[in-house]
Amino acid sequence: MFDTQKVRLDFPIFSQRINGKENCFLDTAASAQKPLIVLEAMKKAYLETYANVHRGAYFLSEETTSKYEEARKTVQTFVNAASSKEIIFTRNATESINLVASTWGKRFLKANDEVLISEAEHHANLVPWQALRDEVGFTLKIFKIADNGDFSEEAFLKHLTPKTKLVAVTAMSNVLGTIFPIQKICKKAHQVGAKVLVDACQFAVHHQIDVQKLDCDFLAFSGHKTYGPTGIGVLYGKYDLLKEMPPYQFGGDMVDVVTYQNTTYALPPARFEAGTPAIVEAIGLAEALKYMQALGLEKIMQHEQELTTYATQRLSEIGGLVQIGTAPNKGGVFSFILQDIHPQDVAFILNKEGVSVRVGHHCSYPLVKRMGYESVMRASIGLYSTKEDIDTLVKALLKAKTFF
Amino acid sequence: MTLEELSDNFELLEDWEDKYRYIIDLGSKLPIFEEKLRTEEWKVQGCSSQVWLVPTVQENKLFFQGDSDAAIVKGLLSIVLMIFSGKTSQEIEKINGETIFTSLGLQENLSPSRRNGLFSMIEKIKYYAKNLKG
Repeated sequence: MFDTQKVRLDFPIFSQRINGKENCFLDTAASAQKPLIVLEAMKKAYLETYANVHRGAYFLSEETTSKYEEARKTVQTFVNAASSKEIIFTRNATESINLVASTWGKRFLKANDEVLISEAEHHANLVPWQALRDEVGFTLKIFKIADNGDFSEEAFLKHLTPKTKLVAVTAMSNVLGTIFPIQKICKKAHQVGAKVLVDACQFAVHHQIDVQKLDCDFLAFSGHKTYGPTGIGVLYGKYDLLKEMPPYQFGGDMVDVVTYQNTTYALPPARFEAGTPAIVEAIGLAEALKYMQALGLEKIMQHEQELTTYATQRLSEIGGLVQIGTAPNKGGVFSFILQDIHPQDVAFILNKEGVSVRVGHHCSYPLVKRMGYESVMRASIGLYSTKEDIDTLVKALLKAKTFF
Repeated sequence: MTLEELSDNFELLEDWEDKYRYIIDLGSKLPIFEEKLRTEEWKVQGCSSQVWLVPTVQENKLFFQGDSDAAIVKGLLSIVLMIFSGKTSQEIEKINGETIFTSLGLQENLSPSRRNGLFSMIEKIKYYAKNLKG
């Protein structure tokens, strides 16, 4: 059994009171809280063995290098990649997607090609493709989702053609919570010769990932959402693809042979990690992923699934509350509006009650608009969330209703 | 209502709930804002709700009307209008909105990062005072 009360003790922030109230944090989809163990690993790395990586022939650098490369192996295990060489450290998932657009995209996408994305994409998996389209001239196609937020295979297949060279799709919507059938999407995409990039930002927080089973070509996620530090993200790419890709940025640590006039580039992953990387953040991320693995991904999933069912039920009991995104297969992200009250007004009262939720378009403006709104509230859960958090949210929402 | 009366009324209110219920009530009593003024031109930028603010000049004084689609913001806006509307440019420039909101116990709404627009509203009023002959 998953003991949430015990788990919460791993996260010092939950001992902080918010506006004199219990800390009811329901914005994990924006960024997760950090277990102490992550901060301690980072502190230790700075205080005991810190030096730059891949540089010095001395103890501290060798130690740090080995920890940094171990972190890469931890990520490899976490996503079940075939090799740690398929793991590239970036700043965040946004940079991971931009990296693919600027390197693979620029080299391999041509004017007559099509890139296919869903209506449910975060700006990070929409805007880079718009910008690249404006440069290269390919067609950007958007496949529709159902009105309840569900994936529509029919809509997807309608736009998947032999001209499709890339399908870039979220594994779990940050607004609707919908879980997309990535394995199926990859299979269908590969049948027409398209590559698949998966935005796993939300998915990675709650689910076991197996890139080999999914058979995706690229997969991106952010460290700060998976209980790790900010400033570190991951790009997984199949090695055969990575080695054909030009560098992303240029500088130290990504080169093979340099003369004043010419340079040959290192093999992946070094080719894509120019300059001093976020060393300690990578170590912190590895610790966070190990923390999740130690708790057990299966157990985390089960706990959150129960909580999702509970939250959906409790929210449905509030008169005038409309849930946005009710796909049968959804994770712990709940977008909603309350009567005709401005979401910002509701969030103000919630905040006074110690409840942290996000308000607005959640960096997915076209999606929120497509669902019929300008701004919505979003509550989201993490492995430390409890039924009490949901009860507090419901109570605060009922209170908010009395104000307006 | 004058600012002094508002301040007196605030002192009677015991907790944040009563205070904000009162603020919401103030907002609901603002004069009706004409539909045709809800344009980009009169929008105050930097708020996560929509806020409109329209200046007019009469006999050297600046008068403002405004609206918001969020109730608390609209209430705060009504206090802003109470403070600034009907004053000359020179008077407006001298008024420290921050001090007034702090003395009303509403300083939590002032930080630029809160994005409820109070900060932006005051900036916009100061901008009009500087650029319109009042």
